[in-house]
Amino acid sequence: MSSPLHGLSIDSIRAGLLEKKFTAEELARQALAYAEAENPKTNAYLTFSQERALNAARAVDAKIAKGEDPGPLGGVPIAVKDVIVTRGLRTTCGSKLLANYVPPYDATAVIRLEQAGGVILGKTNCDEFAMGSSNENSAFGPVRNPMALDRVPGGSSGGSAAVVAQETALVSLGSDTGGSIRQPASFCGISGVTPTYGRVSRYGLTAFASSLDHIGPFGKTTRDAARLLQVIAGRDEMDATSAFAPVPDYAAALDGNIKGLKIGLPREYFDGLESETGDRVTAAVEVLKQLGCEVLDIQLPHTPYAVAAYYIIATAEASANLARFDGVRYTTRPAAVTTLSDMYRATREEGFGDECKRRIMLGTYVLSAGYYDAYYLKAQKVRKLIAQDFAQAFEQVDAIVAPVSPFPAFKLGEKVKDPISMYLSDIYTITGSLAGIPCMSVPCGLTTEGLPVGLQILTRHFNETTMFRIADAYEKASH
Amino acid sequence: MKITEQEVRRVADLANLALREDEVARMAQDLDGILSHIDKLNELDTTDVEPMAQVLFDAEETATLREDRERPTLTNAEAVANAPVTSGGYYKVPRVIER
Repeated sequence: MSSPLHGLSIDSIRAGLLEKKFTAEELARQALAYAEAENPKTNAYLTFSQERALNAARAVDAKIAKGEDPGPLGGVPIAVKDVIVTRGLRTTCGSKLLANYVPPYDATAVIRLEQAGGVILGKTNCDEFAMGSSNENSAFGPVRNPMALDRVPGGSSGGSAAVVAQETALVSLGSDTGGSIRQPASFCGISGVTPTYGRVSRYGLTAFASSLDHIGPFGKTTRDAARLLQVIAGRDEMDATSAFAPVPDYAAALDGNIKGLKIGLPREYFDGLESETGDRVTAAVEVLKQLGCEVLDIQLPHTPYAVAAYYIIATAEASANLARFDGVRYTTRPAAVTTLSDMYRATREEGFGDECKRRIMLGTYVLSAGYYDAYYLKAQKVRKLIAQDFAQAFEQVDAIVAPVSPFPAFKLGEKVKDPISMYLSDIYTITGSLAGIPCMSVPCGLTTEGLPVGLQILTRHFNETTMFRIADAYEKASH
Repeated sequence: MKITEQEVRRVADLANLALREDEVARMAQDLDGILSHIDKLNELDTTDVEPMAQVLFDAEETATLREDRERPTLTNAEAVANAPVTSGGYYKVPRVIER
């Protein structure tokens, strides 16, 4: 049985609804039935929201019946990563600690996509509190990669990438702190977008590292991802760091013409790649040249320091953000505690998984008395150097292209015992996260084993349009 | 070793984590590896570099202030609905001060 979403896009769903070929409710029912039947293969969904989905779909159908516009995402089946809160719909963050947490409010991104007619099918599995690169740190079991079921889908937004690849949702929302959208997108062979920091409100995104956290879209195509970003982007007074910059019409710019764009290749990103990954990325660069782009070698000299700076900043912020999970307000508290201090410790010991504990410990250590200058302050200065590398490069070029990950999807269990090698594999995505610039992964072919490889495209702050134009033109040329 | 088991216990205490004995040894080993990698940052002279705490953009200083107006908030019942133990609309915790 193939997916009822196979061959569909946001644009074709809109056309199908307006031409009365199908109703939003029919599509939602079929998509839900297919997703529930297929989910045991990948464990990508943690919770389905049938009632909410059907209500949203019926509202879209009612609008169409009255001759009203169904909205830019009218009838589009969407999945949402389980670190993004949904009112009345269980939101676990992949943690045992929040196994029964039912949020009393919706994230701004969720409100916006439902106002646009989007149909939320359910919530997707992820690494606990978005901490991980393989989705193996979920308290609810790992997600399997739909392209190769013995392999990881990447992380932390592994479920949100898997559902799009598996066609159990058309598009999805993920979150990215150091690569958690781009890396799973590359592993699953779909488009995944980390917008400019502040482009999408973080209100309702469970905080991991506040200065680095982003919400962003996944889609089978760049056009679908761009259409989803269009809806969720823009200023929100509930997030003081959300940006005022106007949101341009992304899809309107996707004309396939990228002639004359200057594209930088950072040589630092091509050391230590697995050879097939390097070959696929190099071949993609050739396609961009054929499309009329001018390709220049550039330098991002502080790249080798990015992982170290990131793991100080991200863990320091995480140790503060996760302090709220103390057994007072959220769902779990071990029964036999008699003092306040016991309650905190027992709740956290039982509730957090190994990776969260490791990061809380590292973050607490680097912020502890006497170490602030040596670690946190030093890392913030190195972050500045990395951001300056990009600013200087963008004086010469319009965009930078690079690999997303040094290797394609690895086998479940392969790297779980070695946290440092797992951290180091995030090297090519962490730099863009530290600088806060828009970056995305677009599929650029398969290895001989049939594993997807991703091409990363990075542009200046708020220049998502150029990034989307390159990705879209590349997709059209390579298909 | 960059970090001893004794330091791991002290940091766990600061973080309100009650690590088991087997976790302490493994944590010391993991943190040691990560801190050794982090030492790489000392290769860079950052004396005159401005620290970057946030990705900030051009906006007026007061741009993010919102209008001070009344609006609906969560109800008391909604606010305590997810707590493990409540009483009379309050969060209930173990006794803090002995009489």
